[in-house]
Amino acid sequence: MTRTILSLAFDALAYGMVLFIISIGLSIMMGLVRVVNLAHGAFAMMGGYIASTLLRGAGLSYLVTLPLAVAATVAVTLPLERLLYRRLYRRTDPLTQILMTIGITFVIIGTANYLLGPTLKPIPLPASLSGPLDLGFRTVPTHRLFVIACGLATALGLWLLLERTEFGIRLRASVDNSDMAESLGLRTDLIYAATFALAVGLGAFGGIVGAELLPIEPFYALRYMVTFLVVVSVGGAGSIPGALAASLLLGLIDTVGKYVAPEFGEFFFYSAVIAVVAIFPNGMLGRAQ
Amino acid sequence: MAARPLLGAALVPLAILLVSGLGYAAFPDDLAFLTHLIAISLLVLSLDLVTGYCGIATLGQAALFGVGAYAAGNACLGGLTDPVLLLLVGAAAGGAAGLASGAVVTRFRGLPQLVQSIAIGQLAAALANKLASWTGGSDGLAGIEPGPVLGLAAFDIYSRTAYVLAVAVLVLVVIGLTILVRSPFGATCRAIRDDDLRARMIGIAVYPRLVVMYGIAGAVAGIGGALTAITTGVVGLDSIGFERSAQALVMLTLGGAGTLWGALVGAFLFQVVEHFVAAYNPFHWITAVGAFLVLIVVLMPRGLASGLPEMVRSFRSSEVRSSGSWLSSTSLRLPRPFGSFKSSRLPGRQP
Repeated sequence: MTRTILSLAFDALAYGMVLFIISIGLSIMMGLVRVVNLAHGAFAMMGGYIASTLLRGAGLSYLVTLPLAVAATVAVTLPLERLLYRRLYRRTDPLTQILMTIGITFVIIGTANYLLGPTLKPIPLPASLSGPLDLGFRTVPTHRLFVIACGLATALGLWLLLERTEFGIRLRASVDNSDMAESLGLRTDLIYAATFALAVGLGAFGGIVGAELLPIEPFYALRYMVTFLVVVSVGGAGSIPGALAASLLLGLIDTVGKYVAPEFGEFFFYSAVIAVVAIFPNGMLGRAQ
Repeated sequence: MAARPLLGAALVPLAILLVSGLGYAAFPDDLAFLTHLIAISLLVLSLDLVTGYCGIATLGQAALFGVGAYAAGNACLGGLTDPVLLLLVGAAAGGAAGLASGAVVTRFRGLPQLVQSIAIGQLAAALANKLASWTGGSDGLAGIEPGPVLGLAAFDIYSRTAYVLAVAVLVLVVIGLTILVRSPFGATCRAIRDDDLRARMIGIAVYPRLVVMYGIAGAVAGIGGALTAITTGVVGLDSIGFERSAQALVMLTLGGAGTLWGALVGAFLFQVVEHFVAAYNPFHWITAVGAFLVLIVVLMPRGLASGLPEMVRSFRSSEVRSSGSWLSSTSLRLPRPFGSFKSSRLPGRQP
């Protein structure tokens, strides 16, 4: 019994961390430029596809592929920021944002399947990450531990970036009052572009390291699009602790729900979402707008 | 003076009859598809009521459609085989589901509203999968065999009866909705869409109106769902899923939110093109839809939804000069599909 609970908690933690890594990118974007970016899942999927192609086609090692695929995804999507996302920043209504970002999602899905085919794309793990790891009192899958470590590193790294660097200060100034920041001479368009790149990079990173839990397949972008949006909404857009808390909470509810009553699917997950959003419309740790 | 708007109101039902007559003559072998098209049009009309007329952001409308479909299917399996009664069952079930979900969704604006609508839709889909004794789970609900329509016309293998029934239902619903959106109730809903704070200040009870409109939209979607259940004999999980909600929104935008004819034109165009292109290659179809959506936003920053009525209005306003004060009696206004994005809670709902 204790054994089951522990392994369940461990799985929930790993799953929650995957949700966190991917969702925090979306959260930063929604907090800063107020874009309901439904294509975020498509960017995570793109990272997965690129990593899978590099690993299996070019035969690179996992730890080289990871940053390479993230960088490639950012490089591919930056023109989108220039051409399309720039129009959506801050002022347009949600309908426009939903339409454009669903459109981008559809294009990415169609293109990916045209180029790579409609099969599941595995991201093979290196031997050092695929086996079990003996922690002394019990053994756990190494990959899950790796994911959890990645999640913690992401949270810490982001906190340092936003709270302790010049870029973070500029970014927070732009979030709080974009017009004022611009008047003070900040290049807000560059800050927005950098934020977009950061958001996409985090999405791709999460898509790759989380591929064991959220497998890369043709409809990945549509299947999890809603999940990521929901995590951000529950946590509160633009809040790192909020996204972390929401990811862990929803990861736990989903994992336990699927273990206790698998036939209910996402019933518990979405019940929790309705309850939290009804009580905290701006998210558990979000700020009133 | 009063005759002109009345003529305008009769135009849409007449156009439906004309187009469906042409459809019957041109594609006698595709009547099943045309029937399905009409059922989906009802879903898009339903979405138009809440999104186009009330400015509510929702991506969960298919839940109401699915509830109507499953309710009618179960009623039929339970022994109620009259198609008209089954449509009423679908309307009642969809209406009840609409009132219930509307009570939750319309309390907020913006992102919380969107997320609530998605969550309710996903909840309904998860329940449909779980309650297999009611819904057949992933196998779907099969063996729905309704009796003859009004005791006269039995369903045939060529879907002729089904098609005529569907056209009749669509015409009746559109007439009913035309009356609804032109009523004072419809006008206050548009006022809420345009500026909910101002609407509240002039004494409109915002929340009850939105909930009622959501219920009516649910009934319309429920009729659409019941129509598919009756005419195809099966209800699958796809009728309640997120993809269908998203597609309905795309169709509505394509045609233009905030007018009944816009919803119908969008549903018609989208599905006819999909019917041929998706048969050729579904992934090319997805890419084409996506590219099209991006183009809408780039070329018409405020969406076809306002682009088309704007074009129509500029056309009509040139007509005004010759026909006096006619424009003042029409209800054509610039739709702002999602209203203002100022507050996440409706004014006056703060605790």
